Amino acid sequence: MREITLSQAVNEALAEEMRRDETVFIIGEDVAEAGTPFKVLSGLVEEFGTARVVDTPIAEPGFMGLAVGAAMTGTRPVVDLMFGDFIYLIMDQLCNQAAKTHYMSGGKLNVPLVLRTNLGATRRSAAQHSQSLHALVAHIPGLKVAMPSSAYEAKGLMKTAIRDNNPVVIFEDKLMYNDKAPVPEEEYLIPFGEANIKREGSDITLIATSSMVQVCEEAAEILAAEGISAEVIDPRTIVPLDEKTLIASAKKTSRVIVVDEGHQNYGVTGEIAGRINEKAFYHLDAPVLRMGAMDVPVPFSPALEDITVPTPQAVVENARKLMSGEMIHAA
Amino acid sequence: MYRQMVRIRTFEDNANQLYLSAKMPGLTHMYSGEEAVAVGICEALRKTDKITSTHRGHGHCVAKGAEFKEMFCELLGKEEGYCRGKGGSMHIADQSNGNLGANAIVGGSMGIATGSAFSAKLLGQDDVTVCFFGDGATAQGLMYETMNMAALWNLPVIYACENNGYSEYTKTEEIAAGSITARAEAFGMEAFQVDGQDVLAVNTLTEQLVERCRKGEGPFFIELMTYRYHGHHVGDINREYYRSKDEEQDWKENRDPIIRFRSWLVSEGIASEAEIDAMNAEIKDDAATAVEYALNAKYPDVSEVDMHVFTDVTHALAQG
Repeated sequence: MREITLSQAVNEALAEEMRRDETVFIIGEDVAEAGTPFKVLSGLVEEFGTARVVDTPIAEPGFMGLAVGAAMTGTRPVVDLMFGDFIYLIMDQLCNQAAKTHYMSGGKLNVPLVLRTNLGATRRSAAQHSQSLHALVAHIPGLKVAMPSSAYEAKGLMKTAIRDNNPVVIFEDKLMYNDKAPVPEEEYLIPFGEANIKREGSDITLIATSSMVQVCEEAAEILAAEGISAEVIDPRTIVPLDEKTLIASAKKTSRVIVVDEGHQNYGVTGEIAGRINEKAFYHLDAPVLRMGAMDVPVPFSPALEDITVPTPQAVVENARKLMSGEMIHAA
Repeated sequence: MYRQMVRIRTFEDNANQLYLSAKMPGLTHMYSGEEAVAVGICEALRKTDKITSTHRGHGHCVAKGAEFKEMFCELLGKEEGYCRGKGGSMHIADQSNGNLGANAIVGGSMGIATGSAFSAKLLGQDDVTVCFFGDGATAQGLMYETMNMAALWNLPVIYACENNGYSEYTKTEEIAAGSITARAEAFGMEAFQVDGQDVLAVNTLTEQLVERCRKGEGPFFIELMTYRYHGHHVGDINREYYRSKDEEQDWKENRDPIIRFRSWLVSEGIASEAEIDAMNAEIKDDAATAVEYALNAKYPDVSEVDMHVFTDVTHALAQG
């Protein structure tokens, strides 16, 4: 199978959907000729024109709000938010407007909108361009949240998101834009709420999102060499969450580590760990461990930044401790 | 237009009574006194034109064609309400008549209205969108972001600023520096100030601007000088610390949009006093019937609580 980058995969998904449905349009800062700073959208304006690949002023709440209204009235906007950190700027339009319109109207108005943005630290971009803020969005009823872990997922999830009649937020890992993965030439969609078992195992389950899937796959390799069989599961969407697959794996292996690049406090790792505790408690041989990003603003210095994010080595060390029965967080 | 203004006033009088008699959950923001704004504008629109409304939105809802029965049901949280009781007073909207919702975030609908106009342009439709908001919302940054884009892209949207003199409990002159219309003009947008108590003036201006919007000459901005008879909300009773009873009395007696239009209709020989009295009585009866209906109507079943969270999931909580 051919291999393309995550960036190309997103570009293909958008182009295919824009050809299929002329109500789909892209809106955001420097999306047209510039094709975004990450060059993900290069070439789209040439094919679809500036009426459907719309450059905006630097006004995130404004174009997000505009997209909500457009989505309510017959079009399907794909909003490009240059950095995930800018979500704070659009919170009212995303959480008070987009997320609640269907509910508050008693089901009469829909907001079929996609918000494309990114996450991921270790790019030496400091605290306002490095955050992974998907948990903030996942907290709000009415929003779906997709977290592609490779080019394959990025394409399939984007196409599904564009066809969804609800607001969907997609977080791409900005460090992965140039990473290649096998992506079929023929069309495919990835349904929301279906986790992908990336690697089967029997001793311990590593549940990982987005950027952390690669980290856990590497960790699983190292553990395999030590005779520990790790299962790696990528939920692919955290709303809806394929709880069933996660619980089944927890019951099978009896040990679970949840790894995610958002801050650990009140985050995705805690949410998933909580659900496993509630629904697989009597099958567990060890407490479910959370591994998120350190609860500090992301620092600039490489010496500091690199230690804020879970690494394969850190996952391996925690897995070894769980396997040996060592109490990790003894009171 | 007279009928619609009286319908709004009558709706609000009943809503106020429902609040005072503790029959209505929560509270509400009265539109009384501002009727000529909603009616003058909405009468210049057709059904497929869109509006966005505010927390003080009953007037817009009536003016854009809503029925009393579904409105009172919504106000009381009943199943037959326009939003199945999930919106209430602050989110009341008859979506089938192009009302994109009442917004309880001040200035929150600026983007929605602008986006609705963007859709119309992209889809090649000549529908116009009117964004209703108060003078208080002119302090929100979103307004300037969206007006900038609307002007850059010639979107068919009319920003209708209902300046009722007060931003909640504060005089507008204390929250708005300089001129409100000049702010729109800074974006190269034509801006107009009109007497919001004169329904004919509002309607005539809006008809011209709607026509021009349909031809691609939008966007436009209108500042409508008006007055709210009640407090910020129904519970805002003792308000002499921010405005005097004399001032209220003056607006009610000398500038009331309904009284003014009524005397014009009579003096022009368009309607007689008797005909107008009959119409008023008929509207009063309609409202009483609708209130009675809504009071006896069913609440939504509790199973509806997790419905309409997502379009494709019947019960969101059953999904896990």
